[in-house]
Amino acid sequence: MIELLRIGLVIFLFAASAFFFLVGTLGLIRLPDAFSRMHATTKCDTLGTALALFGLIVLRGFSLVSLKFLIILAFLWLTNPTAAHIIAKATYKKHRPEEPREEK
Amino acid sequence: MSLMIEQLITFLAIFLGILSFVSLYRAYAGPLAADRVVAINVISTKITIIITLIAILTDQEFFIDVAVVYAMMGFIATISVAKYLEKGKLD
Repeated sequence: MIELLRIGLVIFLFAASAFFFLVGTLGLIRLPDAFSRMHATTKCDTLGTALALFGLIVLRGFSLVSLKFLIILAFLWLTNPTAAHIIAKATYKKHRPEEPREEK
Repeated sequence: MSLMIEQLITFLAIFLGILSFVSLYRAYAGPLAADRVVAINVISTKITIIITLIAILTDQEFFIDVAVVYAMMGFIATISVAKYLEKGKLD
């Protein structure tokens, strides 16, 4: 029973992770502006990564490998918003979003 | 590890690989440099997840250290490109 519950939780976490990665990639392809693309991809990065790694942690149980997964998760949660913020700041100095942009 | 979990991990890894190729389109055709940098950042995050999935799938735990180093490399690449875009030089 517990085993079945664990496998169901892993399936749910992996499915949610795949859904959020799909939504983020869809936003990266379909949205019209660089800033809105950044908005879509940072959300998919943090949430999809967290769900996939939590699924692996549930799969492996309480061990050293799970601690390494948590380290990867903390690092990605620190660095992905920071990188998006720096890219947005660098882009905002050159291309203001209220200016009309030509479509390619 | 049961067969169903193995198939699930393989499916998620293949799905993330397909999504990486889809977001490679934005890295190729993005009108601004920021679009390309964002696409490369997303691809590097997806590849980090793929490496951890493969580490669990093949039961070789030192691949997880590879994933840590890959995440750091993607972050440094993004930071350096953003600094070059902002200032025009890298010193």
